[in-house]
Amino acid sequence: MREKLFEKILLLCALSAVTALFLIALFIFYEGLPLIFRIGPANFLFSSNWAPTRGHFGILPMIVGSLQVTVLALILGGTLGLACAMFLAEFAPRWSVRILKPLIELLAGIPSVVYGFIGVLVLVPLIRRTLGGPGFSVLAAGIILGIMILPTVIAISLDALNAVPLSYKEGSLAVGATRWQTLYRLTLPAAKSGIIASLILAMGRAIGETMAVIMVAGNALIIPKSPLEPVRTLTSNIALEMGYASGTHQEALFATGVVLFIIVALLNTFALLALRKKV
Amino acid sequence: MNEKITIQNLSVTADGKSILANINLTILEHEIFSIIGPAHSGKTTLLRTINRLIETQPGFSRTGKLLLDGKDVLNWDIETLRRRVGLIFATPIPLPGTIFDNIAYGPRLKGIRNKRKLTEIVEHTLRAAFLWDEVKDRLDTSALRLSGGQQQRLCIARTLALDPEVVMMDEPCSGLDPISTAQIEDAMRQLKNRYTFILVTNNVKQAARVSDRVAFFLAGQLIEVNSAEIIFTRPADKRTDDYISGRIG
Amino acid sequence: MKRRPLTIQRLVWFLLALLTLFTLTILFFIIGYITAKGVPTLTPEFLFGMPERMGKEGGILPTIVATIYLALLAIVIATPLGVGTAVYLTEYTRESALTRIIRFGADALAGVPSIIFGLFGFILFVIYLKMGWSILAGSLTLAVMILPTIIRTSEEAIRTVPYAYREVSYSLGGTKSQTILNVVLPNALPGILTGIILGLGRSVAETAAVIFTAGSSLRMPRSIFDPARTMAVHFYILAREGISMPRAYGTALLLIISILVINAFAYILLFRLTRRFR
Repeated sequence: MREKLFEKILLLCALSAVTALFLIALFIFYEGLPLIFRIGPANFLFSSNWAPTRGHFGILPMIVGSLQVTVLALILGGTLGLACAMFLAEFAPRWSVRILKPLIELLAGIPSVVYGFIGVLVLVPLIRRTLGGPGFSVLAAGIILGIMILPTVIAISLDALNAVPLSYKEGSLAVGATRWQTLYRLTLPAAKSGIIASLILAMGRAIGETMAVIMVAGNALIIPKSPLEPVRTLTSNIALEMGYASGTHQEALFATGVVLFIIVALLNTFALLALRKKV
Repeated sequence: MNEKITIQNLSVTADGKSILANINLTILEHEIFSIIGPAHSGKTTLLRTINRLIETQPGFSRTGKLLLDGKDVLNWDIETLRRRVGLIFATPIPLPGTIFDNIAYGPRLKGIRNKRKLTEIVEHTLRAAFLWDEVKDRLDTSALRLSGGQQQRLCIARTLALDPEVVMMDEPCSGLDPISTAQIEDAMRQLKNRYTFILVTNNVKQAARVSDRVAFFLAGQLIEVNSAEIIFTRPADKRTDDYISGRIG
Repeated sequence: MKRRPLTIQRLVWFLLALLTLFTLTILFFIIGYITAKGVPTLTPEFLFGMPERMGKEGGILPTIVATIYLALLAIVIATPLGVGTAVYLTEYTRESALTRIIRFGADALAGVPSIIFGLFGFILFVIYLKMGWSILAGSLTLAVMILPTIIRTSEEAIRTVPYAYREVSYSLGGTKSQTILNVVLPNALPGILTGIILGLGRSVAETAAVIFTAGSSLRMPRSIFDPARTMAVHFYILAREGISMPRAYGTALLLIISILVINAFAYILLFRLTRRFR
């Protein structure tokens, strides 16, 4: 019957996302896992020697690099984003929010390569002149990524703050608290899980970002000791060398992809769990 | 007159709760049959069981037999059944679109594409619903701009467009002004010869005005069914009497 | 000494407003900078000309064509799958293990980094399925990337269609498929279109997934099996290799304008959507 056919077709469509996800995981792991097991996960993850053409596959510098850059981005972008979300939720006049929100979402539409470009032209020289070092650094990457995660942090935190029931806030105001006190003592704690979710999601975005980071981070194969030193992240590693890698080298890049995939998957799972815990 | 709808030992439950218990009822052709009773008596559920609309809700189950023209409704092709037995809801629900499109929707689904035929149907049903004069110049305008009473008459016309044999109305005049109410009642009287009407209403006076026979439902049970005259003057059951005189409601 | 709460609030207000203003300044700075430096390059010769000397001179027409092909094909592939998923989730199922799996797939897909999509598209479409670097490989990869967005917005749009409309259609003798095609989807259209447009914007901006699947050939693509370089990829190469700064700015500006226009469309559609049900 036509109805049954229609339903079956729709079911097939519905399974496409899960199938795609499965295929992605399958292929990445299929191409990348063998190498990890051949040289041993401990060697892969904890060695600092990355020289794929000579058979050395240690990605520790990249893992550390990704973490450093991401944490910095979270500190910068998270606080700035939260500040904006608080302003939009509690203090900005209603009419302005309708203009400001789309504008901030525009930040999300700017391609990452453009961010990287501006970073190279403006931020990197600025850092070099004022703080020293080559300019291409953890700091530069952290700042650029911090800006890039702003829309995520703002949007989700704003939703979380707005989801706090009006009655809570009115109750607080009714006993004479100021709006700031209400926000600080009541709304923020109530929206905690949503805000944390936004930060975790932003973290996932930051770790996964490639193009902008490549352009401003310097991509040196070291474990940076200061934010002014250049750094290479997991994503940059893959993107930079994929163009000319073959054989074992290519396997190693897929292996890097495996590690990245797992990290992001874990982060997103935590974020989803945090989002499920409502007010 | 023939039996149009026969209901035997019908019981309906939803999510385990009993909504209708052991209903036995017949509805005759070309009569206006009213179902009265307080809220949550199962009246709406009965209508939705007749046209099997209740099957779109998960969690329901039914036992017993329900026959249309002698054939169990479960054996009817469900789309044919729903065209044969039309349902008009309590709140008028025009579909977003023009007045013409609203009425042509049903026939189009059935496969009627001929523009002339559709126009005929639109005019014919709008006249039957006493709406033609008010909207004949603006069939291409949005149906959402009509008043409540006009929208409800539109919904009646929309149902009539499928040439049903039974028209079920679920509290069609709730929230409507007296003039629209009177028009709808007039339509029922005029169209009785062509259709069978089942009217669910909370308005006892309306039931007294238009019905041939009346059934009184209370908490999912059929308490009494008889001619309108008897129900409203010498009801057999005390509960019927209480409801009609407003002592319960 | 306890400071008065109102004073604290005023301070906080200023601080937060300042920070928000700062955020906006960043946005305007980026757009302004690119615009100022890029406008001189946006000439008809640039927009409609062919690149010469690997992009050092000449125009960027092939990249514009490539971007359009790639984005449109990605939409064509992703929309039926996404809308179909949304319809299935809302119309045919109740919350169950199956729906949770479907939703998990969509949510998880949304979080995958673009470079992983690049690796995936490369190994599956370019290598295993032997499509080579091609618009087709790129579009398929992009389609998977934007699928979650379309599913999410379509589902929301479908849910806002009042249930009563469906009941009306059923009671007029409509089948489920007829009801979906004639009542539900047309009324959900503005929301669905918004999702499509957002997906379009994402496809235009994407670089990492595209460069490893569609390649970076500057030749004018003639079919979907040809490799192609999109504007975003072209911009990246120009900027990183330092090939031509003016053209880099011009390409960036064109990119930003395209995305702004696309986003604006999405917003106008959203406005019209909320107006309908007022």
